[in-house]
Amino acid sequence: MILSECNPGFSGYVKSIMGEGNVKKRLLVMGVTPGSMITVVKKAPFGDPIEITIKNYSLTIRKEEASYITVEKGDEKK
Amino acid sequence: MNTVAICGNPNSGKTTLFNALTGSHQQVGNWPGVTVEKKVGKFKAAEKTISIVDLPGTYSLTANSIDERIARDFIIKENPDAVIVVVDQTNLERNLYLVLEILEMKKKVVLAFNMSDETQRRGISINTENLAKELGVKIVKTSASKKEGLNELKQAIIQTLENGKETQLFSYSEKFMKYLSQTEEILKKHHSDNFVDYGWTALKILEGDTEIKDSVSQETMQDIDKLTASMSQEFKEDPSIIVSEEKYKFISSLSKKYVTRKKVNESWSDKVDKVVTNKWLGIPIFLLVMWLTFTLTFTIGDIFNGMLDEGFVALGEWAGAKLGEGMLSSFIVNGIIGGVGSVVVFLPNIFLLFLFISFLGDVGYMPRAAFVMDKLMTKIGLHGKSFIPMILGFGCSIPAIMSTRTLESKRDRIVTILVNPFMSCAARLPVYTLVAGIFFPQNAGFVIFTLYVLGILISIISALIFKKTLFKNEESVFIMELPPYRLPSIKSILSEAGMRAFMFLKKAGTVIFAAVIVIWLLASLPAGVEYAGEESIIGIFGKIISPIFKPLGFGFWQASVSLFFGFLAKEVVTGTMGTLFGGEEILSQVLPQFFNSVSAYAFLVFTLLYTPCVATIGTIKQEIGAKWALFSVIYSFAAAYVVSFIVFTIGSIIF
Ligand SMILES: Nc1nc2c(ncn2[C@@H]2O[C@H](COP(=O)(O)OP(=O)(O)OP(=O)(O)O)[C@@H](O)[C@H]2O)c(=O)[nH]1
Ligand SMILES: [Mg+2]
Repeated sequence: MILSECNPGFSGYVKSIMGEGNVKKRLLVMGVTPGSMITVVKKAPFGDPIEITIKNYSLTIRKEEASYITVEKGDEKK
Repeated sequence: MNTVAICGNPNSGKTTLFNALTGSHQQVGNWPGVTVEKKVGKFKAAEKTISIVDLPGTYSLTANSIDERIARDFIIKENPDAVIVVVDQTNLERNLYLVLEILEMKKKVVLAFNMSDETQRRGISINTENLAKELGVKIVKTSASKKEGLNELKQAIIQTLENGKETQLFSYSEKFMKYLSQTEEILKKHHSDNFVDYGWTALKILEGDTEIKDSVSQETMQDIDKLTASMSQEFKEDPSIIVSEEKYKFISSLSKKYVTRKKVNESWSDKVDKVVTNKWLGIPIFLLVMWLTFTLTFTIGDIFNGMLDEGFVALGEWAGAKLGEGMLSSFIVNGIIGGVGSVVVFLPNIFLLFLFISFLGDVGYMPRAAFVMDKLMTKIGLHGKSFIPMILGFGCSIPAIMSTRTLESKRDRIVTILVNPFMSCAARLPVYTLVAGIFFPQNAGFVIFTLYVLGILISIISALIFKKTLFKNEESVFIMELPPYRLPSIKSILSEAGMRAFMFLKKAGTVIFAAVIVIWLLASLPAGVEYAGEESIIGIFGKIISPIFKPLGFGFWQASVSLFFGFLAKEVVTGTMGTLFGGEEILSQVLPQFFNSVSAYAFLVFTLLYTPCVATIGTIKQEIGAKWALFSVIYSFAAAYVVSFIVFTIGSIIF
């Protein structure tokens, strides 16, 4: 599944971050690493950006950035 | 003297700690990116004076924006004797990422584990003793806002300065370490004595750090590139990505060993947030918040305002009676009391406005506003993060423009800076209050509110124009942390608003005072002329420039010179009128002879939009260069002229 298509309430873990370069690195530095628990908290007015929790804190990213992140339902896995 | 740097993730409490250690009053706020330049201070510990530098926050040493670059450069190039890394314990894992990066540089490090007061409530407990052992550094638990743990921290700093150990590189996965040591070998082969620390340099090269890469020879890079190619193949990833993943793997192993988290009930922060950033309510709530801010600023401010005004009138009458007729009396009554006084009466409004802005900042509303508004902001060619400078612009354009340093894309930053002066700053408030109070006594508050809205509209239109004409579309990303809401302490917001009020008074005592003296002199010369008459120097000068403003409805010379001197500081528009006519009280009788309500409103529109004050222009030049500063001067004057003309022409037809 791709994160940008998940609705608020989704809870699962990060499978991988697609793409390359700057955005990927930024997401990693912010803690969006494969295997981490991730939940979608809400969407902003107009549906974009979205708020997620990762590594126990709140982060907001645009759908554009979220479209690089693939996720899987369920508990933390490696 | 030893120098210690404070660094850490944004919003971890670095500046709060800096203020607590040094007794300074640098700006603190509950959003990432409050501090955008380095600040220097001093503190005493064990009879020693230590110089301490507060840096902008950064998530890693790979800088994406200007403020992060300032932090990175200081740590890497200025080589402080020790580094205090401030860690937000409620957000440990992400904070540890930067900690690892800094430890790997072999700096002398003390970790300040901040926000201790919040951990318990959030069900977090951290075994700092064992964590400190494993990392090989001192960890001190602090609560900067409650001033707890400061003495222990000072002690730890002294000890670390005296005999702090350097940390070893951490053990990442074997697979990775193999490549790291090979990179190190290559470096050692080609550069036998260039680097102090080969391990760190190798790691940075694998991470793709361009500055470090540039510091090694091409030959070396060729060898390393071969190595990284096979590394990418084995990992199926870029080396730079692998480095980050390895770090987080190590961090998660630390967290498994030393951190326990209990489930806690939904906090009040989450509850508040559900409403404030709600899909439907988010934008209406924002508008309500802004409306409340301005309404309260005026209604409450007005009460005190009137009292101060009466005070100045009485003072003027008393001084006039004491001093009799003459130059000195005119100087004191018209110049100082009339000019400076007509500005100072607005102190309560300014204080209140900053009180609200600093409350919004401290409570944690800024990043939410950016979140709610990002989509709209992108539509008009700005960025969600541009929203914070825009709100700060209601206070003062200078810090607002500085705060755009957190924007990563150059285009976003330039556009945000150029439209910022249209957000009506506090200095323009005296002009509005004065003129609206005289011409629209029944609904002054509403009239002023329309000016704020007009300013916002013009900045939106301008942003759209700039987006279409000046810039190519540039990719930008929006990745921003949303810190929890925090109940601000009354003391901290009072002290921040107090600082601002003090700065306003200082400005009244310096720039405005000086301007008033010049204006008074120009109005009194040549000798024997009627004070502030058409034959005075200022009158002659005003007569020359006033035709420019005739089409806008305020072609009388006093208005022209007020606007002219308002370039020094916008409050001077009021100050000049006060000096020329003699105090606010008299103004309300005199001004109706010159203005009608339409031309008065056009005058306010012009004041709102025209060329920003000298200090703002200076800041624009410093941030994005003289060319854009000049552009801003011309563009805003033109915008003011056109819009005021439209307002006056249409208004005159209707009313
Ligand atoms: N509860 C609690 N809040 C704190 C503590 N220290 C700082 N804060 C709050 O955390 C927020 C951020 O503080 P700052 O000192 O501005 O953080 P900073 O690290 O300088 O942030 P940037 O300049 O944006 O990088 C403010 O709202 C502070 O009041 C603490 O020990 N406990
Ligand atoms: Mg700070």
